Amino acid sequence: MILSFFDQFMSPTHLGIPLIALALSLPWVLIPTPTNRWLNNRLLTLQGWFINRFTQQLMLPINLGGHKWAVLLTALMLLLITLNLLGLLPYTFTPTTQLSLNMGFAVPLWLATVIIGMRNQPTAALGHLLPEGTPVPLIPVLIVIETISLFIRPLALGVRLTANLTAGHLLIQLIATAAFVLLPMMPTVAILTSTVLFLLTLLEVAVAMIQAYVFVLLLSLYLQENV
Amino acid sequence: MADKPVPIAQRRLMDVKLGELPNWAATRDFTPNGILSAVRRGHDRFYNKYINVKRGGIGGVAMLLTGYVVLSYIWEYDHIKHDRWRKYH
Repeated sequence: MILSFFDQFMSPTHLGIPLIALALSLPWVLIPTPTNRWLNNRLLTLQGWFINRFTQQLMLPINLGGHKWAVLLTALMLLLITLNLLGLLPYTFTPTTQLSLNMGFAVPLWLATVIIGMRNQPTAALGHLLPEGTPVPLIPVLIVIETISLFIRPLALGVRLTANLTAGHLLIQLIATAAFVLLPMMPTVAILTSTVLFLLTLLEVAVAMIQAYVFVLLLSLYLQENV
Repeated sequence: MADKPVPIAQRRLMDVKLGELPNWAATRDFTPNGILSAVRRGHDRFYNKYINVKRGGIGGVAMLLTGYVVLSYIWEYDHIKHDRWRKYH
């Protein structure tokens, strides 16, 4: 008897097309391209307002050289938040629960920030490896530790997103199964479990948005150090 | 007075009789470009009718999301069937 709770993370194939293809193409449909009209439809206005506010907030602490990254980071944020929120609908598939996808986002972008730092200001980039004010005997150990922490960043970025979303989806499925099975036997407990499920779903909505934001924010932080 | 018979490839889909449907399907363009342009045309029709309007409400996006949920259900149907038959989860 194979435990089936992890089956929600495998993308089923139907007529030769995996569900992940459908899930990845949905943000394209939901986020229309702005036209050059003065007044667009409500969806575009909402989207434009959100993008403007978000980019402004994100680019506040970054100096001029990093502003080239504005489009990339905002597009990434939009994609992640759409993918996460869509995954909360019934029967849908969340692509961001796949570690491969998240590492595919994290590693190239992190590597880009490191390479930009090393090329443009190598002294300052290497200087980040040693915090100010460390006692002299500690310097070798600290450099090793800081290098390790530098190389762990892409891993942390990818795994953080994957783990948060996977754990949330698993919890929802487990508690929903418990409530469903308890309903004929102990209705009171089933109602309590349903309340927990409702609260958990609200939390998952929040987590979906927060995790996308954290991903992009940390990337912008790494950029700010290096640009 | 009867209209001149129009070739099947140039008629609108609503004017094609049910028995002629396989013939009509044979005239359609199934190359990747053709499929892409069909998807683009369908998307434009939906977008301009329900979303790109002066006072669009939640209905347009809600229809898209409902369609997405239904499509996902179709994709997962095999697995759901087995879940229903399974004794222990």
